[in-house]
Amino acid sequence: MFAYIVKRLLAGIVVMLLVSLSIFLLFWYGPSEPARAICDTKTSQRCTPAKLEVFTEELGYNNAWYTEFPEYVGGIFTGRDITIASQTTRCDAPCLGLSYKNGKPVWDEMKGRLPATFSVAIGGAFLYLLLGVPLGVAAARRRGTVADKSLVSSFLVLSSVPYYLFALLTFLYFSVLFEAPFIGNPGYVPFTESPSGWVGGLALAWICLGIFGCTQYTRYSRGAMVEALSEDYVRTAKAKGLPQREVVYKHALRAALVPVVTIFGIDFGTLLAGTIFTEKIFDIDGIGLWALLAVGQKDLPIVQATALFAAVALILSNLLVDLLYSVLDPRVRLS
Amino acid sequence: MSDPFLVVEDLTVKFPTEDGLVNAVTDLSYTVEQGKTLGIVGESGSGKSVSSMAVLGLHDMRTARITGSIKVGGQEVVGLGESKLRKLRGKEVAMIFQDALAALHPFYKVGSQLAEAYLVHHPKASKREARRKAIEMLDRVGIPQPDRRVDDFPHQFSGGMRQRAMIAMGLINDPKLLIADEPTTALDVTVQAQILDLLQDLQREFNSAVIIITHDLGVIAEMADDILVMYGGRGVEKGPAKEVLTRPQMPYTWGLLSSVPDVHGDTASKLVPIPGNPPSLLDPPTGCAFHPRCAHVDKVPGNKCVTELPPLTAGPTGAGHLNRCHLADPVGVFENEVLPVIAPELLEES
Repeated sequence: MFAYIVKRLLAGIVVMLLVSLSIFLLFWYGPSEPARAICDTKTSQRCTPAKLEVFTEELGYNNAWYTEFPEYVGGIFTGRDITIASQTTRCDAPCLGLSYKNGKPVWDEMKGRLPATFSVAIGGAFLYLLLGVPLGVAAARRRGTVADKSLVSSFLVLSSVPYYLFALLTFLYFSVLFEAPFIGNPGYVPFTESPSGWVGGLALAWICLGIFGCTQYTRYSRGAMVEALSEDYVRTAKAKGLPQREVVYKHALRAALVPVVTIFGIDFGTLLAGTIFTEKIFDIDGIGLWALLAVGQKDLPIVQATALFAAVALILSNLLVDLLYSVLDPRVRLS
Repeated sequence: MSDPFLVVEDLTVKFPTEDGLVNAVTDLSYTVEQGKTLGIVGESGSGKSVSSMAVLGLHDMRTARITGSIKVGGQEVVGLGESKLRKLRGKEVAMIFQDALAALHPFYKVGSQLAEAYLVHHPKASKREARRKAIEMLDRVGIPQPDRRVDDFPHQFSGGMRQRAMIAMGLINDPKLLIADEPTTALDVTVQAQILDLLQDLQREFNSAVIIITHDLGVIAEMADDILVMYGGRGVEKGPAKEVLTRPQMPYTWGLLSSVPDVHGDTASKLVPIPGNPPSLLDPPTGCAFHPRCAHVDKVPGNKCVTELPPLTAGPTGAGHLNRCHLADPVGVFENEVLPVIAPELLEES
């Protein structure tokens, strides 16, 4: 078991290195002049080719990528000094560079935005699993009945609505038209500041993610459960004389959770990487919204940092899934 | 003679499907006494598994249409409520399934699956007692180092050991009837023999009634006291094992026996397969379900095989051996044919 975890962790680290290298190279060889944004800022929109060249040299864009990448990675672990416009700033570990817009370390701002994104993602995922899995199990047990068919088809209709439209309509109805109390004024309030404000501000985002995600999770878990219920070992459990709820929730559900957990690993990673629509519509200052802004402002270090964060989130949530697997399925644990 | 422990009468099982109503079992009757073994033989889809699953009420009650009567120790099972069925399952009647790898839960330890079977019918027992019982049963079925192997997962067992564990689980509550559905099909021959020996030993020890479902006539010859041959969801021949195997009265049984390689007698004799395919259960043939594949249809006057379903009645050798055939002399028809010797020991006795 321990060896398994170590193996997964090492593999995860290798993947992270490769991903960060690809992201680095993507921007290094990208079609933009990365120093242009900072040159414009520092010269109050009077960036001449000569000045641009100075910034390009300063930022190291004239060097080879294989000297700059180790420095970038090194900065993440040990921090480094970065010079912009002849002004050297200490960027502490984990250093993801300085924002070209305000010259502050990227990590400092990211740190501030992470709780918002985590709050949205965890709350949304919790809600859609809480709704989706039991609904899927219930539908599988009543497979072929009117209740099952109407649930499946109404969820199919719901999930074919584009998410941004669904979120916008939710916002429109609850915030603008109904001016719903408590949840009608979305936005992020740190939990430590006001727990009720935190819940109230995020509730609409959670409901949106939860309802939309649960349509998919109902489908996944229904399918997995239908399959599990037809397994021989479920029949064995029934033939032993076990009560129906034990047959369903102990023997069948545990097997059905494996494929659901797999999909959840990918979904949750994506959710953590930033739910741009959700953050934008419900006015939550998270990673997704930040990435969107940075792209508009050509603030390369932030774009790079958010891309890296997305990769790390995906890898970590897959690692989490691998560990969950080994809890669910002993064959994984021991092989 | 005591009352039979299991009495099945006119059992009919139908499943509605999108293609129509599947007549899985039709008017099936048989009995099994305590300490005796009934072998049910037939091709895939002949209704042998479906009928025995009905004994435990394992079919989906919302869809399966079950009529007739199944009495287990005097208690009617058809139409019995789920909670009463549960008390029967695993306690009075236990079932051993074909593929033990699929039939054991891959995520739970063998021991805990056995203990669970014990605990569900002994709610007052502690987990510790259940575990001790599981080890005892594993030991009883010949698993080496049972106190260690009890914590293994099914995939850590060999095929034979898994089937032994399955048997241990079936017998953990000392059931009065054990239904073994193709218990040796997934195993290689040497292991098959061990498992069959084990089943026989345990049957003697526990004095339980056993139903063994198989398409392997060798297994039947070794295990069964009585044989029920099924075809197209109906019983087509029924009688003492020796009688049925040596003097079959139904052309289908003949066909089954002739398609077994004869390793005891004339090794040069060719296998004779039964021509054609098993009948459709959605749209069964008229008359005798076997008539499209039967070589003796023209020996029956008036085209009766095609138009009229023959009843299951006593054949020429007496009341104990029944057949479902229109032939006036179902034994004489085969007089000039050689039957492979499936179980020489049966012949020697007679």
